[in-house]
Amino acid sequence: MGTKELKKSNSNHFTKIFRNQIFIPLAALLLLALFNLIADPSFFKITLGYNNLGNPVLSGFLVTILDSGSEVAILAIGMTLVTAATGGQDISVGAAVAIAGSVLLRVLCGRDTRPETLQAPIIVAFLVCCVVAMLFGAFNGVLVAYFKIQPMVATLILYTAGRSIAAWINNNELPIVNDPSFGYFGGFIPGIPIPTPFFIAIICMIVIGLVLKFTNLRLYTQAVGINENSSRLNGLNPQVIKVLSFVILGLCVAVVGLIKTSRVSSINYSVIAKDIEMDAILAVALGGNALGGGKFNMTASIIGAYVIQFLTQTLFKFNVKSTALPAYKAVVVIVLVVISAPVVREWFSATMKKLQTKEVA
Amino acid sequence: MSSKNKTSASGGLANKFKNMTDTNLLLTITIVVFLLMYIGAVIFLGSGFRKPQTFFNILNAQAALIILSCGMSLVMITKGIDISIGGVTALVCMCCAVYLDFHNGNVFMAIVIALAIGLAFGLVQGFLIAYLEIQPFIVTLAGMFFARGMTTIVNTDPFNVQNEAFVALKGTRIIVPGMGSVNKLGNYVNAYIEIGVIVALVVVAILFFVLKWTKLGRQFYAVGGNAQSAMMLGINVKRTKFLAHLLCGLLAGIGGFVYFLHVGSGSPSHATGAEMNAIASSIIGGTMLTGGVGNIFGTFVGVLSLSTIQNIVSSAGLDDAWWTGITIAAMLCLFLIVQSVVMARKKK
Repeated sequence: MGTKELKKSNSNHFTKIFRNQIFIPLAALLLLALFNLIADPSFFKITLGYNNLGNPVLSGFLVTILDSGSEVAILAIGMTLVTAATGGQDISVGAAVAIAGSVLLRVLCGRDTRPETLQAPIIVAFLVCCVVAMLFGAFNGVLVAYFKIQPMVATLILYTAGRSIAAWINNNELPIVNDPSFGYFGGFIPGIPIPTPFFIAIICMIVIGLVLKFTNLRLYTQAVGINENSSRLNGLNPQVIKVLSFVILGLCVAVVGLIKTSRVSSINYSVIAKDIEMDAILAVALGGNALGGGKFNMTASIIGAYVIQFLTQTLFKFNVKSTALPAYKAVVVIVLVVISAPVVREWFSATMKKLQTKEVA
Repeated sequence: MSSKNKTSASGGLANKFKNMTDTNLLLTITIVVFLLMYIGAVIFLGSGFRKPQTFFNILNAQAALIILSCGMSLVMITKGIDISIGGVTALVCMCCAVYLDFHNGNVFMAIVIALAIGLAFGLVQGFLIAYLEIQPFIVTLAGMFFARGMTTIVNTDPFNVQNEAFVALKGTRIIVPGMGSVNKLGNYVNAYIEIGVIVALVVVAILFFVLKWTKLGRQFYAVGGNAQSAMMLGINVKRTKFLAHLLCGLLAGIGGFVYFLHVGSGSPSHATGAEMNAIASSIIGGTMLTGGVGNIFGTFVGVLSLSTIQNIVSSAGLDDAWWTGITIAAMLCLFLIVQSVVMARKKK
């Protein structure tokens, strides 16, 4: 029991931290880490071993989080922009990853589905795959920006057709890449024990960080998201910004397509990147970004992506079956969004105030 | 959000009549396209489509989707969305199947269980969306995850229900007089529909009545069209939204049981993608995700269009799995663009 003033400054300080957007994902991360620390500290154990190619690799739950969380983190970058600019979400990213992966393998393998050597350099294949993914992104973007269709509905089209198109690109065959260097992107580069997807994610983060720092992308996106009409009156072209956000998401999709196909050196059209759109949207929501568009915090989204993977791995650790996983995830998500809901927060701070005045009185 | 409210203010309550004609216009387009498609199929694809039973088979298979889509249209009219309905359907199937087979339950209690599950989902989701003002998409996404996860927790493996009373109910066929046809052996075969179809038709009729002629129905449109002006007219916006989601949950329960009645088994993979089909049907039927525009009868036609095109694709010999996905997507794309063009011209 301190004095009144001390209490007031304390509560101010508290609300300041509490109101900070990055607080939600970080608090969730801390809570999860704490829970694991108490329940079973072996969660944090990392061991250095050798994979079947004789390269040193790190393994452990934390490494897996960095590994698979990176895919979601990369998608979360694009998804945050789309959410901020259009006030809706792209639900077709999973299907688009399938298309991107299919194109990548098609270029790498050529006509023969199981060639001994690569038919094209990986960089060429990746560029082609980027262009295709960005085109599909632009398709979504045009539907949203020019035809004024709600993003979720517009991307529903690609969501329904995407996996079919992916299968059609390769005539429903399953190409297999034999070249070991293709496996580096989703696995390990020889000599480096940290999974490559993490480095790719870091590169993406640096790129988007620089873009946001040195261009007006952040300002324009937020302006369009907050009020499309007034941004137009201020000389912005909201349509272009919206399409651009979808194209950037397309680029992210291409990168994830590379990682995903590289992991297995092949593709399974109906399973690849399944439900990843849900994880990406959750990452954006967990980051405390308004799903109705407007202001966004990229860092919070990216942390949100890793938090989701942290949660998934924690559940795996406690022997939750992968099919039952969504139920637990849902409960955690609901608790998080209820805590972060403005109505609940207002109610919370109002009760805090009431309690304080009562105590003072 | 504020910008959206401002832009939609012009097309809000004050223009209720204009909105009603929008609904009718979109509905007409849907019906015309459906009829053209079906007649085209009868002319060009011949024999199969000429039998009335083909049409009844579509109804039999899609009865559950009709009910689910009705719920979806309802929440879409109030500017919400519910993507948990597919998961709820799977959960209802699994719970009923486990109850009937492992606990020797009776069919009546199974129906109660189905309704209770649907209501529970509607209650929780409606509360979170309407009163705590959390995004419908996130809430129902979590609902979907929860339902799918719970399904596998209840029972992992798919199995067929052996309960006698249930199997008898499942096999009940209602014969449609005068619609039968002569089969290859020369015998006259009666056309039939299943019980689920009756349920679906009743649901469509009731909801059509509610939306068109009751105070509650008008409130749904008002809240979806413009929540702000609806509130100023003295409508309890939160309660209306809550009721819409509650009803959608209940319909998911009913739809789940009808689905169960049709397939007669419990499986975690039941009704995969049903939510997307329901959204697609609603949109094809002229309901707009922007709220305030929609028609239950249109949704009914939307479901029929969706499954007719699936049938056409498979009977046209394009049986490869990917063609169905691509054609449905193309059709959805077409309808969306038509809608958007129609709306843009209306505003001018």
